[in-house]
Amino acid sequence: MRLLLGSLFALAVAAVVGLGATYLALTRGAAFGALSISSWTAWPKTGTIDADPYARAMIARTGQLPIALGDGVSFTSQADDRGKLLDGRCDVVLAGVTPAARFWTLTLYNVDGELVANSVNRYGFTSQEIVRNAGGSFEIVVAPRANPGNWLPTGGVERYALVLRFYDTAVGVSTKAGREVPMPTINTRSCP
Amino acid sequence: MIRWLLLLFGGALLGGIVHLATVIIMPRTATQDAYSRLARIAPVNTVTALPAPTPENAAMPFMDPAFASAVCRYDLSQGPLKLTVPVSLAYTSVSFYTRYGVAYYAINDRAAGRRVIELDLMTIEQHNLMPEDEDVTAADRLIVESPTLTGLIAIRALAPEPGLMPVAQTAIAAAQCKQQEESKASGK
Repeated sequence: MRLLLGSLFALAVAAVVGLGATYLALTRGAAFGALSISSWTAWPKTGTIDADPYARAMIARTGQLPIALGDGVSFTSQADDRGKLLDGRCDVVLAGVTPAARFWTLTLYNVDGELVANSVNRYGFTSQEIVRNAGGSFEIVVAPRANPGNWLPTGGVERYALVLRFYDTAVGVSTKAGREVPMPTINTRSCP
Repeated sequence: MIRWLLLLFGGALLGGIVHLATVIIMPRTATQDAYSRLARIAPVNTVTALPAPTPENAAMPFMDPAFASAVCRYDLSQGPLKLTVPVSLAYTSVSFYTRYGVAYYAINDRAAGRRVIELDLMTIEQHNLMPEDEDVTAADRLIVESPTLTGLIAIRALAPEPGLMPVAQTAIAAAQCKQQEESKASGK
């Protein structure tokens, strides 16, 4: 009886620990080889045949096709530079410059990777659509209500993720440390 | 007391094994992976244009709405495939994925250096079976080796402005992936 109880206990612990760790790893999107630059993170290796088992499991679970490394690299951010989670009811400002790439796109998704409905049907920007300052830097306002300049509507969702994709670029291929790669800053300007 | 601690430790150790096993098995059991999602709308060995993603409807999560995209869900069991993709105005790329959504090769219009991206997709065995001389005469033919028998080819063209989306879609619509049976027969 004691043996039976004991093995049941051990098996229960194994199930909770094992499945819990798997669930956490897959929902948090854990994978090795993350490239973090300020509040942006990319997993360049996820777009190659050398993707680790965690990356493979994440790809299969979400059902996305990761951007291949020969195509480009995708940076994601879910928080501003101070670590505050991006809130669709606030005015968030992206400012600065981007690393060298033939094209880049910025897209706003909800946490499940779906586009967010809004009144003007704008889901993102490409590098050609952006209005820039004289020096080549730009400012994008991510906000629920219309703003002058480059306005990316949030649709008022509570949580969202920004995905900045660089196409035909050396970023991720040759970048080890992120210091020499300039990425736009993310700051929450005002919250209601 | 010690007995229960030991059991707890043993359970945690076993839990670690369960964790690793489930992570590794995950891609083989997933029913909502990209290949399964696309199997419903994309026939085998033909190019299928994907509808532009909208908030209500998207073929896959995290699709870039600035791109016109199409997929070719391939099966190499009947022989190699020939892929031709005309290059669009701004940026065109072709990415190859295994059955489980792992990217193994990608090429863009500039790397291809022509108006049309042309390549042959085959398994490693099929490449080994190719006659030597054919390999030489077709030196400028780009050959891609697929690590799996089935998989996905994603063809994407950028519309730098929303108004250019029809142009990108037209370029993608002319893309072809076909079984190359004729060339095989004539080669023998």
